[in-house]
Amino acid sequence: MNKVRTQLMLCGGTGCHAYKSDVFQEELQKELERQGLVDEIKIIETGCNGFCAVGPVMLVQPEGIFYQKLKVKDIPHLVEEHFLKGRTVKKLLYVEPASKETIPNMHEIPFFEHQVFWAMRNKGAIDPEVIDEYIARDGYFGAAKALQEMQPEQIIAEVKKSGLRGRGGAGFPTGLKWEFASKSPGDVKYVLCNADEGDPGAFMDRSILESDPHAILEGMLIAARAINARHGYIYARTEYPLAIRRLGIAIQQAREYGLLGIDILGSGFDFNIDIYQGAGAFVCGEETALMRSIEGKRGMPRPRPPFPALKGLWEKPTILNNVETLSNIAQIIRKGGDWYASVGTESSKGTKVFALSGDVNNIGLVEVPMGTTLRTMIYDIGGGVPNKKKFKAVQLGGPSGGCVPEQHLDIPIDYEEIAKVGAIMGSGGAIVMDENTCMVDMARFFMDFVQDESCGKCTPCREGTRRLLQLLEKICEGRGVPEDIETMQELSGTIKEAALCGLGQTGPNPVLSTLRYFKDEYEAHVLEKRCPAKRCVALLKFEVQPEMCTKCGMCFRACPVEAITWKKKEVAVIDKEKCIKCMTCFEKCKFNAID
Amino acid sequence: MVPDIRPEHSDISDEMWPKIDDIITANCDIPGSIIGVLRECQDVVGWLPVELIDYISDGLNLPRSEVFGVASFYSLFSMTPKGRHQIKACMGTACYVKGIKEVISRIGNEYQLKEGCTTEDRRFTLDAVRCLGACGLAPVVVVDQDTYGDVKADKVIEVLEKYE
Ligand SMILES: Cc1cc2nc3c(=O)[nH]c(=O)nc-3n(C[C@H](O)[C@H](O)[C@H](O)COP(=O)(O)O)c2cc1C
Ligand code: SF4
Ligand code: SF4
Ligand code: SF4
Ligand code: FES
Ligand code: FES
Repeated sequence: MNKVRTQLMLCGGTGCHAYKSDVFQEELQKELERQGLVDEIKIIETGCNGFCAVGPVMLVQPEGIFYQKLKVKDIPHLVEEHFLKGRTVKKLLYVEPASKETIPNMHEIPFFEHQVFWAMRNKGAIDPEVIDEYIARDGYFGAAKALQEMQPEQIIAEVKKSGLRGRGGAGFPTGLKWEFASKSPGDVKYVLCNADEGDPGAFMDRSILESDPHAILEGMLIAARAINARHGYIYARTEYPLAIRRLGIAIQQAREYGLLGIDILGSGFDFNIDIYQGAGAFVCGEETALMRSIEGKRGMPRPRPPFPALKGLWEKPTILNNVETLSNIAQIIRKGGDWYASVGTESSKGTKVFALSGDVNNIGLVEVPMGTTLRTMIYDIGGGVPNKKKFKAVQLGGPSGGCVPEQHLDIPIDYEEIAKVGAIMGSGGAIVMDENTCMVDMARFFMDFVQDESCGKCTPCREGTRRLLQLLEKICEGRGVPEDIETMQELSGTIKEAALCGLGQTGPNPVLSTLRYFKDEYEAHVLEKRCPAKRCVALLKFEVQPEMCTKCGMCFRACPVEAITWKKKEVAVIDKEKCIKCMTCFEKCKFNAID
Repeated sequence: MVPDIRPEHSDISDEMWPKIDDIITANCDIPGSIIGVLRECQDVVGWLPVELIDYISDGLNLPRSEVFGVASFYSLFSMTPKGRHQIKACMGTACYVKGIKEVISRIGNEYQLKEGCTTEDRRFTLDAVRCLGACGLAPVVVVDQDTYGDVKADKVIEVLEKYE
């Protein structure tokens, strides 16, 4: 007997989990039991709902009421008011900060209103550990169509028609990649899913895996049919235990339902998938390195050609696709390539998922139609920059990408348009930076990452990135000379041209793009030995400027080593002998009075 | 095939050895299984002493140099002992923008601890990791299984003091 009238889609994603959604869930269940409601009301733990900034979040279905910032102490009131008396609890609803308007319905919240959920169509809507819920939302219908009604060429033609391009960074047309592999000779071929999510500031793929793992399996199954592969691997970051666990459950269930294994859906087609856990090397996101890693070797890239479509894993024809790319496939087959291509720009179709974070009000996952402007994403969806600070730049594409400053925020999200301004679409990392971010320091941060992750196989990347990092460190420490900037520019060009794989070829991008838009900051560091954003410790004086100090005492109270003396109505003074340069006072001083 | 002789090592207890042998036996015929074997063995022991790496190489019938090469290539594998508590400071871009650098230097100052190292009393190991998927709470620090959000430099020591 199933008379469940209400489903509570409680987010169990990483963000909400960190806000103790697990404790909330346990207590809520207990309260429902106490009130005798467990037969009617069911709690479902979902993957990330996207709006992590206001976690833990819960969607009440079928009404679509969105509760946020949930706390255990709210439970008795919530259960009594909403689930016994049928009245929404106002103080747990979202309040639009600008208009102060309370918005009960999820779809009317500006954060969600401008989004289109395709790749993330099931996020927060199903229990990812129950295959029936996926099937109930048309899951595996695309695979059924592909296996029972379509020829491999027709599948490829449909994907080509959709205009879908790889979401892992490079943006290569997916249909074309499949076509190459389908034409390669050989009986043994492989389909791989890249779930290594390398960008150090992003979590789109992880969320898709956690909230909708079957979509990836279905995408791989269709790809396998298109190129006639019998086996697939998902290469997943080992740091994603929940995603790996859910994928494991999904694979098991799909096998039980005959959706993986032999003679799938009576089509005579066999396909199986295994999970392969990476071991923490960014370069293994590169396709040839990833294949080496699955073979159990050091994950170093090799020159291409031969391309993996001809010689990939174990020297067999192989395709590799990103998680988000694959999550679009089943819908394209189900609804047709034209449907997918109906949204977007001339060269970029469909939607793109971004992990919007940094100095922005609404941190979370957002999926927007291609062609949406960056400004819409950051201001209408993201709610702009907090604390009345000024926007400085948005960094796209992580260590391979670049930053987009204010004057280019009106460009549409489109592979080519973004490249024109010196950044890349990338896999979806979008980090907003306010005026307090030092762009030289950011370039140093990314170069530190690239240098650390360089596999060392080729000299331009190994030595070149080391040299670039040294130069950036020198500048941040106040030892830079004017020639350094020129040297960096030249060196970056050399590395880009001569490096073997994408890591080296794109590694200098963060340096080049900050040099392009924020040269003045470099010059301030080099010529005036000054860090305008006050982030580079070596260039700070650790002195209070008396004329700026409002004598508020905040810095005094926060200093961990009592290096600051202050009395009511007196200017604070820093004792440089005692100061450990921890920067806490800079953070606390609201008046920018410390230099 | 599991080697005949088990090396002595103070961090590998008598209960651990059968588990290690099971992992080796289950994988010795699977091509490319070495990374998984190293990971599972590290989960058992906590880190990978050289003696263990040699034992695994012999068990899987792979050259010791190759296994050592793999273990040193991937950052997941640690060839130095870990502390009782693992501090993971998120070095993802969002956390960096929100001041994780200061948090790390504060931890370093308090416990004489460098990134990737363990304190002398083996109380803490400090690692910098990439985005933990909780950017909304940046800067993020994970201690053992507990995630702490919005841990600015002035709060982090208070959090850590709970771990003995
Ligand atoms: C250094 C490096 C790291 C990469 N990391 C990833 C990654 O983490 N995830 C990903 O999907 N693609 C990554 N890529 C891109 C892949 O090599 C490959 O282009 C992509 O997975 C193909 O799938 P797609 O066509 O569906 O995007 C990386 C590339 C390079 C050069
Ligand atoms: S470019 Fe860098 S990461 Fe790529 S192969 Fe060369 S050294 Fe390795
Ligand atoms: S930098 Fe840190 S130690 Fe120095 S005065 Fe400020 S708060 Fe105190
Ligand atoms: S926090 Fe700033 S304004 Fe307040 S006393 Fe310290 S230096 Fe002066
Ligand atoms: S983790 Fe809950 S909304 Fe993202
Ligand atoms: S960057 Fe630290 S949690 Fe994402």
